[in-house]
Amino acid sequence: MAEPTTRHSPLAGAADRLARVTDAAGGAIAMAEVPFLTQLDLRLDPKGPAAAALGVTLPTHACTSARSGDVDVLWLGPDEWLVVGPPGAAERLAGQLRPAAGSEHVSVVDVSAQRTTLLLSGPRVRDLLALGCAIDLHPRSFGPGDCVQTELAHAPVVLFRRDPGFLIFVRASFAAHLADWLVDASVEYTGIPT
Amino acid sequence: MTGQEFRTDRGGLVDRSRPLRFRFDGRDYTGYEGDTLASALLANGVHRTGASIRLGRPRGIFSAGVEEPNALVQIEEPFPEPMLPATTVELYDGLVARGLGGRGRLADRPDPARYDAIHAHCDVLVVGAGPAGLAAASAAASAGGRVIVIDDQPRPGGSLLGAGSPVPELPPNPELRLLTRTTAFGYYDDNYVVAVERRTNHLGANAPAHLSRERIWRIRAREVVLATGAHERSLAFADNDRPGVMLAGAARTYVNRYGVRPGRRAVVMTTNDSAYAAALDLHAAGVEIAAVADLRPGGSPAWAQRCAERGIDVLDGHAVARVIGEDRVSAVTLRRKDGGPARDLDADLLLVSGGWNPVAALYSQAGGRLTYDEELGAFRPDGSCRQAVTVVGTHTPGIAVWTLPGGDPATAFVDLQRDVTVADLERATGTGMRSVEHVKRYTTAGTAHDQGKTSGTLTSGVVAGLIGAEIGELGTTTFRPPYAPVSFAALAGRDRGLRYDPVRVTALHAWHEAHGAPFENVGQWKRPWYYPGDGEDMVTAVLRECRAAREGVAMMDASTLGKIEVGGPDAAVLLDRLYTNMMSTLKVGAVRYGVMCRPDGMVLDDGTVSRLAEDRFLVTTTTGNAAAVLDWMEEWLQTEWPELRVHCTSVTEQWATVAVVGPRSREVVAALSPGLDVSREGFGFMTWRDAVLAGIPGRVFRISFSGELAYELNVSWWDAAALWDAVLAAGAAHGITPYGTETMHVLRAEKGYPIIGQDTDGTVTPYDLGLGWAVSKKKPDFVGKRSFSRADTSRADRKQLVGLLPDDGRTLLPEGAHLVETPALPEPPVPTLGHVTSAYHSAALGRTFALALVRGGRDRIGERVFAPLGDDLVPVTITSSVLYDPEGARRDG
Repeated sequence: MAEPTTRHSPLAGAADRLARVTDAAGGAIAMAEVPFLTQLDLRLDPKGPAAAALGVTLPTHACTSARSGDVDVLWLGPDEWLVVGPPGAAERLAGQLRPAAGSEHVSVVDVSAQRTTLLLSGPRVRDLLALGCAIDLHPRSFGPGDCVQTELAHAPVVLFRRDPGFLIFVRASFAAHLADWLVDASVEYTGIPT
Repeated sequence: MTGQEFRTDRGGLVDRSRPLRFRFDGRDYTGYEGDTLASALLANGVHRTGASIRLGRPRGIFSAGVEEPNALVQIEEPFPEPMLPATTVELYDGLVARGLGGRGRLADRPDPARYDAIHAHCDVLVVGAGPAGLAAASAAASAGGRVIVIDDQPRPGGSLLGAGSPVPELPPNPELRLLTRTTAFGYYDDNYVVAVERRTNHLGANAPAHLSRERIWRIRAREVVLATGAHERSLAFADNDRPGVMLAGAARTYVNRYGVRPGRRAVVMTTNDSAYAAALDLHAAGVEIAAVADLRPGGSPAWAQRCAERGIDVLDGHAVARVIGEDRVSAVTLRRKDGGPARDLDADLLLVSGGWNPVAALYSQAGGRLTYDEELGAFRPDGSCRQAVTVVGTHTPGIAVWTLPGGDPATAFVDLQRDVTVADLERATGTGMRSVEHVKRYTTAGTAHDQGKTSGTLTSGVVAGLIGAEIGELGTTTFRPPYAPVSFAALAGRDRGLRYDPVRVTALHAWHEAHGAPFENVGQWKRPWYYPGDGEDMVTAVLRECRAAREGVAMMDASTLGKIEVGGPDAAVLLDRLYTNMMSTLKVGAVRYGVMCRPDGMVLDDGTVSRLAEDRFLVTTTTGNAAAVLDWMEEWLQTEWPELRVHCTSVTEQWATVAVVGPRSREVVAALSPGLDVSREGFGFMTWRDAVLAGIPGRVFRISFSGELAYELNVSWWDAAALWDAVLAAGAAHGITPYGTETMHVLRAEKGYPIIGQDTDGTVTPYDLGLGWAVSKKKPDFVGKRSFSRADTSRADRKQLVGLLPDDGRTLLPEGAHLVETPALPEPPVPTLGHVTSAYHSAALGRTFALALVRGGRDRIGERVFAPLGDDLVPVTITSSVLYDPEGARRDG
């Protein structure tokens, strides 16, 4: 589904600056907003009937995810997941989940606009994130598909290890702060003072 | 410019092809790349670096590392930095410094350098890249671990550098990281070690601007290996502080590592074998050794033999009896420690070794205990610690000798930086002090920048002797972080200015900025405060905005309100328990104002509850309390009522909110949403509807925080800007006026609507606010209910929210101003009736007014009280808190 052209993503105004970092970093770091992804906050019993509605086993190991087609399901808590899909998929995905619940108590809340997403990649991306995130992101402890709710640049984020790098889900109100922080943190690689 | 006459012809790790110019105490010198400021000064024959802080005695370079107690310098160029030991300052071209007697001077301008912090994780952290640390790191890396090695020097090697020995290479391994110029200064729980890396300090003015000058490393390690070596300690004897008195190991380092002779003719005073190596190395470099005095009867025959082969006199059982020279040692008198003839020896250098103390600061910070080792004559880690830490290294046997016989105890120093002498310790123990902690606080021994690295054990030893205790029982003082001084700039890192705390903005922030709004901080949010027109000040702008809302139509960005979706079969039960009023009776499509209290009955937050569906509600919170209210709900659900089938989801940023306010707001909303019945009958107060607004799907709420006819429009955050523009366009014909938080505050205060956190302070009940109507009498229970039956919450003289009208109609009472009963102040203490919580200019009332919490306030309505402001007592009349439209005639337009 095409998005109405009147929509503004939280980091539309930062796109140029993020692109300049990517250019100036000479391949060390790349960063860009991935806007308008579908995000559903899902609360249910992982043993209940709705758990299978997305055609994927809901991950029950802390800080892992599962993928089915174009949908990622990120573990946020023992009974909470973030369902992430392409733009415009909220109704489709909610429509799969709600009927499957039957009489079970299931909460599906569309939070697509609650957070926007940044994709960070490049050989120095872990060094960059380490400047503001206390989580060990080394592949030995945080591999592809792993996710974690944590703080980056003092802002609450969900970090998701997703090729080719890291997807960072950040609340819309914190997004500009995080973008500013990332641009400044990249100075070591870009040489562009902020 | 003077030559480096004390530089050896060859040798050392300095690069003689790269001379560096520097200035010290106003004189120009040269040194080489690889020098420290201390080694470069010594190469130029400069020992004395300043005078001591308390006694003004000349002092010189005493050590060759971080333990330096004496040679503090103030860096002047390229950027001022106070109190750095010259032994830790790497020389760079253009360095300008001067010696300090204690305190330094902070820069009078902002530091242009970058500072930052980084997190790191490893299996094994090795602190110290000397021979033991390098061996541990190699072993850990070859076992497949992620290894970090840190060392405070510019290159690995540790004691090998000072001994002039080859340094083993670390194996190439992508998981082995060596951090040089890095000092571990704090060891916290769960093997969390904090270090500071000096990345570009050594480059002086040539440091690249895009690299942080210093970086704080926050390292979490599965295991820590401490290979931090040992610090040599001195002995207490008269005039042991003269420039030219130096630790023997330091002198050896200057010769071997820096190619510097620290003097021409040296006397060596030792209690152990280690100083012999210094004597031999100095001798080989051309320093004449007048004698080695070994306090031990019999000394060390093997070392004495080696000395004899080189023609060096060794005097066993001898001690220093006297040091001659003030600005610089000129001669030393040796005498058998049991008396006998004195020997006067000309010397410009007196090398001292009183033994070696294992560097145990980090081990101690980690929670490890130290034990006194008779064989070492020193305290060492006892090997058992609650953290996963191992200490490695070799040791030098020593003897427990602290003072040399004879001489004036008032010039026998234990702590050179703090000017603490044996006489001071005698005075402390003479008053009855028996603990080294007490002695430390009384004398200040060990409290300087060096934290007693060379003096701590010596102090304990002298005190033990004075009170006749065993040093092992007396112990040491406590080691606390930081191990070495760390600049505040490094600790602050990038968390300064706007990055000190995240700034949260709404989807409309760019519009607010473009239209000149100053911003008000509300929690982490920036909210537009008001929109000044041409030539308008704040008062004028706010009066204009208020008039628009009361007389025409106005709009504001209310997106920062906290929003929580509460869903589940028991959602209504949860809300009934958390709000003071009944929510379960709310019909789908209806909205209710609600108050939440803590168990003590005091107001926690307020907001609206909208029923979206039978089992789904949308709750709003105050801007600053959004996270706290969600936590509050989760806490009750998870700890007290886990049986409730309810889920709470934050949707604060899912929805953007635009309030359209004023008598003309109905026309504006009708124009935006032609399909929506906006009639008084069709869309009543405190209801909500799904609607399409200018083509954007959203929700419309008939909620008013101003008392006027008003609508709150919710659309997705992505659509906020389009909606805002559409509202502006739809309202243009009515002169729609954007307004900020100040106008919002005025409008709500005119109606007596409290702001939780501004008009309340955690001691205010709903009844105090006049919100008794919102406290259910029917519900069996809710959080806070029981407290309303306490005598204290029903006192008639509780502070209650009332309005205040200054009699002159013009005075704007300061928020926080107190109120008193009488027109003249009685003798203190003056009893206060209460205080002003909010005060504004009102366009609608044509005057100033205020809200206040006043003792028994509702019974005082109509009374005149007084606000002491400076020397005046301003008369004000107490009124109802509802000052505008008390009958509520305006809310339906």
